[in-house]
Amino acid sequence: MELYELTVHELQKLLARKESSAQEITRSIFSRIHATDEKIASFVTLTEEKAYEKASQIDKMGNYQNLAGIPYALKDLFCTRDIRTTCCSRMLEDFVPPYDSYAGRRLEEAGGILVGKLNMDEFAMGSSTEHSAFFTTRNPWDLQRVPGGSSGGSAAAVAAEQVPFSLGTDTGGSIRQPAAFCGVVGLKPTYGRVSRWGVVSYSSSLDQVGTLTRDVMDAAIILNHISGYDPMDSTSVNTAVPDYTQFLDGEVRGMKIAFPREYFQAGVDEDVRAAVKNALQLYESLGAELEEVSLPCSEYALPTYYLIAPAEASANLARFDGVRYGLRDMEAENVVEMFSQSRARGFGDEVKRRLLLGTYALSSGYYEEYYLKALKVRQLIKQDFERIFADYDLIICPTTTRTAFKIDEEIDDPLTLYMNDILTVPVNMAGLPGMSIPCGFADGLPIGMQIIGRAFDEASMLKAAFAFEQQTEFHRAKPHLEVK
Amino acid sequence: MDVQYETVVGLEVHAELKTASKIFCGCSTAFGAEPNTQVCPVCAGFPGMLPVLNEKVVELAIRTGLALNAEIAEHCKFDRKNYFYPDLPKAYQISQFDAPICKKGYLDIEIDGEKKRIGITRAHMEEDAGKLIHQGDITTTPFSLVDLNRSGVPLLEIVSEPDMRSGAEARAYMEKLRAILLFAGVSDCKMQEGSLRCDANVSVRPIGQKELGVRTEIKNLNSFRALERAVDYEAKRQIEALEDGEEIIQETMTWDEESGVTRSMRSKEEADDYRYFPDPDLPPLFISQEWIDRIRASMPELPDQAQQRLMDEYGLPEYDASIITLSPDTLAFFDECLQVYPDAKTLSNWMMGEMARLLNQNNIEIQEVRVRPEGLVSMLKMIDEGKISGKIAKKVFEEMFMTGKDPEQIVEEKGLIQISDPEVLQAMIAEIIASNPKVVDDYRSGKDKAFGFFVGQVMKKTRGKANPAIVNQLLKEHLDREG
Repeated sequence: MELYELTVHELQKLLARKESSAQEITRSIFSRIHATDEKIASFVTLTEEKAYEKASQIDKMGNYQNLAGIPYALKDLFCTRDIRTTCCSRMLEDFVPPYDSYAGRRLEEAGGILVGKLNMDEFAMGSSTEHSAFFTTRNPWDLQRVPGGSSGGSAAAVAAEQVPFSLGTDTGGSIRQPAAFCGVVGLKPTYGRVSRWGVVSYSSSLDQVGTLTRDVMDAAIILNHISGYDPMDSTSVNTAVPDYTQFLDGEVRGMKIAFPREYFQAGVDEDVRAAVKNALQLYESLGAELEEVSLPCSEYALPTYYLIAPAEASANLARFDGVRYGLRDMEAENVVEMFSQSRARGFGDEVKRRLLLGTYALSSGYYEEYYLKALKVRQLIKQDFERIFADYDLIICPTTTRTAFKIDEEIDDPLTLYMNDILTVPVNMAGLPGMSIPCGFADGLPIGMQIIGRAFDEASMLKAAFAFEQQTEFHRAKPHLEVK
Repeated sequence: MDVQYETVVGLEVHAELKTASKIFCGCSTAFGAEPNTQVCPVCAGFPGMLPVLNEKVVELAIRTGLALNAEIAEHCKFDRKNYFYPDLPKAYQISQFDAPICKKGYLDIEIDGEKKRIGITRAHMEEDAGKLIHQGDITTTPFSLVDLNRSGVPLLEIVSEPDMRSGAEARAYMEKLRAILLFAGVSDCKMQEGSLRCDANVSVRPIGQKELGVRTEIKNLNSFRALERAVDYEAKRQIEALEDGEEIIQETMTWDEESGVTRSMRSKEEADDYRYFPDPDLPPLFISQEWIDRIRASMPELPDQAQQRLMDEYGLPEYDASIITLSPDTLAFFDECLQVYPDAKTLSNWMMGEMARLLNQNNIEIQEVRVRPEGLVSMLKMIDEGKISGKIAKKVFEEMFMTGKDPEQIVEEKGLIQISDPEVLQAMIAEIIASNPKVVDDYRSGKDKAFGFFVGQVMKKTRGKANPAIVNQLLKEHLDREG
């Protein structure tokens, strides 16, 4: 067993018993990254020097509490002080922030060792990493396939055992969908649970920081470390954060689980449907109460998302104008030309598409018809979920309609690509916590099961996920990577 | 068929709120610092940075609303106003669009002795933008520098109803608004530093017509005088254009102070689309009645109340009281004087006369002057006691104003003490009468001017120090006696 194969909780035990060191683990991690990343292409930046420095400091102190000595990586939209943060865009290719994100700082303070920054779709817009301005990350289970997105690098790195855990962000499924495609655990907490401070905004009312891990225990551990009220984020919520690991007891007896019929219908591949139905049977056999329900408004979630998210993005990304930082067109004759040329050169097609969409949706004369209506529909979607959660503890459904698709298969057809998010977007609309855990395979590709909880009840979600994991081996399966 | 036109004016005023830190971050708001020294990643619009509302801004906005008799909204929200400009770091301004914090207020102005109520549509909170420094002219500058010190400074935009009918009314509104903001302690209101800015919407219409005419907006009027002149000029320009059969185009104008004309900046034919939408980074703001009540209970005296007090308690004429209450510092000075010198009218004459003249001439504010209330009162007492004449007092006051010295000291140093000793004056008068027999004859033949000549001569000889009452009396005695 190599050190890089271990989970966070396994590494913690090893370190606590002083059977390994932060430096040893860091070396193992980097040798794994160097051996695999040529194929996987998860990383856009490696922070090897800083990582070894921190590892040596931790070993000197010899105190292996919290996350001391545990390597991790961040999606490249978490700002990192003195380390470039690109959002995988030409626009920010050389941008070095003078500050850390809140979540990143919490991990640093807990003793975590940042090893690098991970690939993503440009500004988190996409479901495959094919919209990264730099390169496409490969799915470790099949290098011809995408890892999902936008947190594709974050999921692939964990699946390929390049890091024990990573952070991503989820605006419409950007953690859960790549987690499903890569066969790892992806957790998107309740909106407001984790501060967005220092995370480059795509859609402020939907973006949420979350975790990608190899098992449920690790998800609970990392969530413990990044959750909590942050006065610097006005949308962060001031409610108590429990120790999530204490709910992981393997019990689901008496839990009321709903499965919404709309999420198993047309468009969901038979393999995926069967795998999730099997999982539901397992829950029933463990003593959970299951019932089919209806979430009729969910079918409007996708069009609603594609109005709200681009609208917010059109304002959030307007600051990339070439004036203060980022790419600037130097040939421009005047300031207006400088704005437009900098943006024309700095943004990729998908970003431009969404910015145009958003600008349009907010324009005078269209605002009421599009943006305002979308906000109202969003309330209806939220009420749908609230109605279910009045009677049930959890909702379970597939994370995605299908397993990972081939690179270049969908990139030319944005609408098909957008369909990838159809099962995950409603959760963002309602601000609820959701996670994806491995629940089967189809033709050697992982299938993800989505568990959705009440607002701020990540605990029940983790509890059910853990119980499933205890009864199955899906999370232990590893992609076969031929390494040099 | 001579059409008579009336002018219609509405004002949009931006007041910088007096907070130590900016509206959404902790940077200082102090004026005049080196460029880009009061800037952080938040107010420079860096990626991933989020706004956190400064509670003090809301408090000052509520305070202003109460001072302007406005309704304070229980719920309000912040919106993003989107536009690209190099001084706007996020390329959107956080402002309030359709749910402002204050609505439906008013203030009263006095115009030609008549009271007039001017409606205030709304007041909303927003952040200021930065400042551009061009190399020479904006159209030819090879590059421009951006100073973000001002970016994120809290503003309250106060929008009036189109209730004013002339430049003078606009000026009176602006002066009154400034007084209210100063009394309420919410803004420094320094027009020359830009902490109080004014845009005027001007249109004209035939008297009797209900619909408003096409309006133009005059930007950045940075003094009361500029406001009054610009409005009157613009109204005249519009009327002349209409009389010549031209149409008024909706456009943005700038005021050229030197040539005294308005000039077109840009046409507004293509309406700006700011694509306002609620800022998802800031939750809606709930303002409790309890908070409002607490602020209401701590409201200081406002100009109208102070004016009434001066009239009721000290019998000051309404006009004087309205002038004294244009600034809280003037009123404080006045009130301090009143404590020991209750002749309010004499005091207000001095405040509105010599004090105002010297402040104006030296371009300073009353809180900066060296003369203190006790100095002014000592000087007034010296007049009352006959130690100096009113004429000499003006010289003494100017000296006090410039040096801050006591009036007693000035009078002594300069030998300005009034000569009231009849024996000294009598000798002088005898001599003057003796050496001007012709004027004496004139006087006796009934020429009043001649008497003035003798007074003048005495004043000349005493360098103005002679007590005028005694001189008059003695002269009369002498001239009439010898006749």
